[in-house]
Amino acid sequence: MTDFLRLSNISKSFGGVQALKSVDFSIGKGEIHCLVGENGSGKSTLIKIISGNLQPDAGEIWIEDHIYKHLRSIDSINMGIQVIFQDFALFPNLSVAENIAYSQLVEKKEKILNWKEIETIARIAIDKIKVKLDLEEQVSNLSVANQQMVAICRALTSDLRFLILDEPTSALTKKEIDQLFLVVKDLQQKGISVMFVSHKLNEVLEIAEKITVIRDGQNVATLPREEITNERLIYLMTGKEITYSRYKKSINTEKKLLEVQNLSKKHNFKDVSFALHHGEIFGITGLLGSGRTELALALFGMDPADSGKILVEGKEIQIRSVKDAVQAGIGYVPENRLEQGLIMKKSVGENIVTVIIKRLLGKFNLIDSKKWETTVNHWVNELEIKVVNPEVPVQTLSGGNQQRVVIAKWLSVHPKILILDSPTVGIDIAAKSSIHKIIRDMADNGVGIIFISDEIPEVVNNCNRIAIMRNGRIFKQTDTTNVTEAEIQQLVEMSGAVSVPK
Amino acid sequence: MNKLFKQTEFYIALVIILLSVVITLFNPRFLTAENIFDLMKSFSVIGIMAVGVLFVLILGGSPDVSFTAIAQVVEYVVVIMTLKWGGNIILAFLVAAALGTLMGSFNGILVHYFRVPTVIITIATLNIYYGLLYVFSKGEVIFVVHPMFREFANIKIGNFVNENNVTYGFTLMPLIWIFVLVLGWYILKYTSIGRNIYAVGGNEVAAERVGINVFRTRLFAFSFIGLLSGIAAIVHAAIVQSAIPNIIVGQELNVIAAVFLGGASVFGGSGSIIGTFLGIMLFAIMNNGLTLLKISTYWFNVFVGAVIVISITISAIQKIRQEKGRVKVHIDEEKAVEKV
Repeated sequence: MTDFLRLSNISKSFGGVQALKSVDFSIGKGEIHCLVGENGSGKSTLIKIISGNLQPDAGEIWIEDHIYKHLRSIDSINMGIQVIFQDFALFPNLSVAENIAYSQLVEKKEKILNWKEIETIARIAIDKIKVKLDLEEQVSNLSVANQQMVAICRALTSDLRFLILDEPTSALTKKEIDQLFLVVKDLQQKGISVMFVSHKLNEVLEIAEKITVIRDGQNVATLPREEITNERLIYLMTGKEITYSRYKKSINTEKKLLEVQNLSKKHNFKDVSFALHHGEIFGITGLLGSGRTELALALFGMDPADSGKILVEGKEIQIRSVKDAVQAGIGYVPENRLEQGLIMKKSVGENIVTVIIKRLLGKFNLIDSKKWETTVNHWVNELEIKVVNPEVPVQTLSGGNQQRVVIAKWLSVHPKILILDSPTVGIDIAAKSSIHKIIRDMADNGVGIIFISDEIPEVVNNCNRIAIMRNGRIFKQTDTTNVTEAEIQQLVEMSGAVSVPK
Repeated sequence: MNKLFKQTEFYIALVIILLSVVITLFNPRFLTAENIFDLMKSFSVIGIMAVGVLFVLILGGSPDVSFTAIAQVVEYVVVIMTLKWGGNIILAFLVAAALGTLMGSFNGILVHYFRVPTVIITIATLNIYYGLLYVFSKGEVIFVVHPMFREFANIKIGNFVNENNVTYGFTLMPLIWIFVLVLGWYILKYTSIGRNIYAVGGNEVAAERVGINVFRTRLFAFSFIGLLSGIAAIVHAAIVQSAIPNIIVGQELNVIAAVFLGGASVFGGSGSIIGTFLGIMLFAIMNNGLTLLKISTYWFNVFVGAVIVISITISAIQKIRQEKGRVKVHIDEEKAVEKV
């Protein structure tokens, strides 16, 4: 296979920080290549160099037979390279057709529009990948998966040779991911090279022909699919041997800490029943759209359930609002910590004490700064949050440390029950295992934990029991002592199928 | 058909029809050609400016509030210039348009380079433009304008006689409004600059990435509202036949409210000419109706406030719905629970 693009000895530094160190990389025509690496490993820098948005300090870029010392963004586009970023860069207020055709229209510099032409451009692009899209529909009404298809169609309106997809599967359901993979394989048939930039390892292994791992700005390995296993990939990405240890702890199941009976909410979940005990880690897994997050929001009172019973320590309670949930001793670490869990511009300390501010009042109902300081320092030390001092804004912290701040915020309340929704999303593998340790420590202290995640190894290895959700219902509950990751994985994927397995 | 019911325009049209029926029942004078012509004439000034307001709201959802000050300055300056040097009405329009464009583009440049919400910058420029007008005019009212304005105002298309033997006709002022509506509609629907305004309003980052010149787009929208304010100024001078330094300023919020009512969103990226027209017409009919029904026009202020609350609530609800609707849970109706 001849190379479409080849980078040799590419280096790039930003103000003394070496983002890329003599990286070699190549992709063949019609090849599906995955680029993996932890946050800050240099993946995005590499993409930006290929797309011409950044100029390397040293090294050569070959596209087919042309060599570029300075690849400009326009050169990259002219050579048929297109990047689809996580946000898709679509116009939510415009129609599918217009979104697809827009870059073509801008390129043509026509002052007066021809709506027939817009439709034709869009239709041709859609036909290329055989997806069903309503040209007239406004993009904001589409599912994330269809929005992604619109973005791919837009890339196809030019003479596409090399498509780069940045974290393309992060918001897709299993079925949608399969559809995306079909489209990608179809592009491959047309001789188009595709690069996936992803951190979801099982998906990487499913689609890629070759995998390049980047760590600390260096290409640590480029290997064909056959030579790679999950463990090896983790080792290459982190440089450490990280093995998940099984969480084994017998718990006292005599008294139920939380009991949920036939909880239902229209269009969200139905007949959900489970129990949680003191010191137990109860995993809930399922695909996007299975109702897992909706269930968590209902338990925390943000989107209360319509019917069903919730009992805390044997007493039935009503959860109609967040206040009710907090009074019942429930804490919640949301899926999206950036939007829902933290006030990014405020300091670490301020974020930690937001929920318990009333407990810090001293004389005249003013905040007692001594109490404030001891509380903040206690949690910073307890969760090993790496900050020079707690006065710095949360946004300056790494993902793993930010997550610790959210957890600290809820631990400071001393909850009986803590719901964690995808607590390790977007966190480095090394930081992940330390979050897992924090979760286990909490359970050791008697807190009942509901651990929601779509990463199977994570739930299997950290939970006492797991519930698998699908289509709004709990489809199976099982003890983790005798199950394997593969079994659960299979159950989850099966749960993506439409028919009900007997 | 289904689409029709989802659109704001449909509901405003419905309200207009209902309101018209009610008013006519109480006072049949409402639904006469004379009253409608009159209504359109007196609302042509804010109607013209509303088209400009729409452009800026599509661009970013934050309203330009300085357009009345622009119109005010242009009106005063052009009235004085024509008194001094004469000229003709076409020239007056051209000078007014140029002056308005200049002031509007100044707003556009400030908004683009300072990255401050339009409403904040234009509160500032409203004060600058209006303040300068007062400094130089000392608040003096010009009671006698050049006769060209009267001549222009008296041109009528068609001559009709009402039951009291008073002649009336369709004047050029509402015709200019209609022309501006058609022009605005054409720009928004069929020109690249018009679509770029929607695109920037929908997602500015994406607009930059597909190669849209965001600065040029923004400059256009702000120049356009300036230009229309200039034209509105001459129409206004023709109607009132005087130049009073504080007569247009103060109406900006009503105009903005009408455009929001017509479907523009505080988040930007949406709004239509037909909606804007209907929004202004609803305001006009409401205002006129209160007079005809002999209800205190102070109620009009209450109406304007309510309209703003309602239209902003609608766009907020739509946005929440869109965000919630992203991932759907399809609930199994069949039971499939298995326990170990």
